[in-house]
Amino acid sequence: MHQGRGSYARNWIMKKSRRRSDFFLVITWVASIAAVATLLWIVESIITPAIPAIQKTGLSFFTSTVWDVNRDRYGAVPFLVGTALSSTIALLLALPLGVFIALFLSENFLPLPIRQTIRFVVELLAAIPSVVYGLWGIAVVIPIVRQFGGLLSDNLGFIPLFEGPATGNSTLTASLVLALMVLPTITAISRTAIVSVPLTLREGSYAVGATRWETIFRVLLPTAAPGIVAATILAFGRAMGETMAVAMLIGNSPRLNWSLLSPGGTLAGLLANQFGEAHGLQVSALMYAALALVLLTLFVNMAGEAVLRRAQKSIAGVR
Amino acid sequence: MSTLRQSFLLLVYLAIQFTSPKAHATTQLQGAGATFPAPLYQRWIAEYTKSTPDIQINYQAVGSGAGIKQFTQNLVAFGASDAAMKDDEIAGVKQGVVLIPATAGSIVLAYNLPGVENLKLSREAYVGIFLGKIKKWNDPAIAKANEGVKLPGTAITVCERSDGSGTTFVFTKHLSTISPEFKDQVGEGTSVTWPTGVAGKGNDGVTALIKQTPGAIGYIEYGYAVHNKIPFAALQNKSGAFVTATTASGEATLATTQFPPNLLRAWPSDPDGKEVYPIATFTWLLLYKKYDNAPIGETVNKFVNFGLTDGQKFAEELGYIPLPKEVVEKCLEALKSVQ
Repeated sequence: MHQGRGSYARNWIMKKSRRRSDFFLVITWVASIAAVATLLWIVESIITPAIPAIQKTGLSFFTSTVWDVNRDRYGAVPFLVGTALSSTIALLLALPLGVFIALFLSENFLPLPIRQTIRFVVELLAAIPSVVYGLWGIAVVIPIVRQFGGLLSDNLGFIPLFEGPATGNSTLTASLVLALMVLPTITAISRTAIVSVPLTLREGSYAVGATRWETIFRVLLPTAAPGIVAATILAFGRAMGETMAVAMLIGNSPRLNWSLLSPGGTLAGLLANQFGEAHGLQVSALMYAALALVLLTLFVNMAGEAVLRRAQKSIAGVR
Repeated sequence: MSTLRQSFLLLVYLAIQFTSPKAHATTQLQGAGATFPAPLYQRWIAEYTKSTPDIQINYQAVGSGAGIKQFTQNLVAFGASDAAMKDDEIAGVKQGVVLIPATAGSIVLAYNLPGVENLKLSREAYVGIFLGKIKKWNDPAIAKANEGVKLPGTAITVCERSDGSGTTFVFTKHLSTISPEFKDQVGEGTSVTWPTGVAGKGNDGVTALIKQTPGAIGYIEYGYAVHNKIPFAALQNKSGAFVTATTASGEATLATTQFPPNLLRAWPSDPDGKEVYPIATFTWLLLYKKYDNAPIGETVNKFVNFGLTDGQKFAEELGYIPLPKEVVEKCLEALKSVQ
């Protein structure tokens, strides 16, 4: 009888836990579907108001360099270029820096408590609100760019990227601040990737006589590459979508400009600046620009995913 | 008494407070629109509601465009706009629209040139600067009007608005009036594509740009320049005289305005006269001709009446130009048609 009761109770618990797991299954389903549905909802509510502009401008939206609200002419090229330029420069600066910090934090150059502190401080950079980065950029980065931008344009002005005249509010200023803003993302994810490289690989490398730096560059980094690529994609996405700090620093010019020292504009900044007072076709054109931004981010993520897969395949044998 | 019971009683009390319709017979007015006159309107609200505690007025400074939108969609009791309303916008409001110029301001060209005071800009000079044709401060076109002033060879950084703005509208309207080339190349509007320069959001954004950039010049409301202690240039008016923006020169400008019959909407886009400052504008309150809710209409009427009469005395200290007497009379006349 005792046994009978025990098995009854066990049965009951099992049933209950099964029921509970069913319940959790439902929750996970609902949560995932809700996330996908919300994304579709957002895209739909961007596309619907964008339709008049899509019909009116069509593909010339992506080829025309003139954004003139006054004459209802909308070409997004200056902002597409500005977005790509500022995010790319930011990543070119932040990626090597971030990977080196990640390496430093994952190797035993310094005692653990000190590394932990540095890691904490770097990750704290991600907690600073973007408006504060904007203010810091105005107070610190703009004067620096104004001073050295002149030198750059005087000496390297023949390169279109450094053509003068140099202004403080410029693509370069925005890129520098963006680099700092995406640094914690790159550092944190790269560090995790490097730390999770199996110890056996490292030991094997040492065993065949490789030095520490040979091990780092030939074994650790290639093995951690998928993680580092993922970090880069996330950082790129953040840089492209960043609005407040960029709008405060880039100079918000609707003119196409390849020079890093001139004022530029990004899609996100354009939306933030013009949406409030927009009317008529301008609203529609801004929605079209938002759609372009979403597509651009999607494209970057997909490209990143592809790279990630290939990288994983190539190192699959090693792991 | 237990805390539970206390909180329950509190809930009941709150429920009664919020549900009983005439616990306090307050009339609430919502207004929304232009940011430029917002400080003055807030002041009017504070002063007016002092003597009428049963009236609550909220004004949201959401911008002229958004103000017109909310007014057209019947979301507010009154709107406000620096660019008034266009004919087709007025036609879209079925209750009818009464435009009331409520206050006015000058637009100044504030600059950042350490050591240079009392800068004078001829019409050719400031049009040229904003067209991007004059690039250095020691350009002969600027130097000609500033004899004895040592102008540096600094590059000119033009500062403009990145958002749609009534300030841009009035300034580009003036530039288009005095320069066919500007009209052709840039045109007038709340959001134009400037041939040169950096842009910031709002009057405060442009003010910040001017302050932080040596060699900068930008167009901002007179009040912002005064409060931030940024120097601004004396501009050459139609009669050829160089005039600094002051309350008096602004009043002189407003006095030249000729309103069309039945509609208080006009811009002194290039006023004539020796003492007039060339760029000044009214800013408008947008009222319905016939309010569906009579008490609301009556309250709006009283409040605007207060603003046009007693309220004008707060204008000058806040950096606005008080309305000339003739304009106030016309406004009060127009206000009578609001029901």
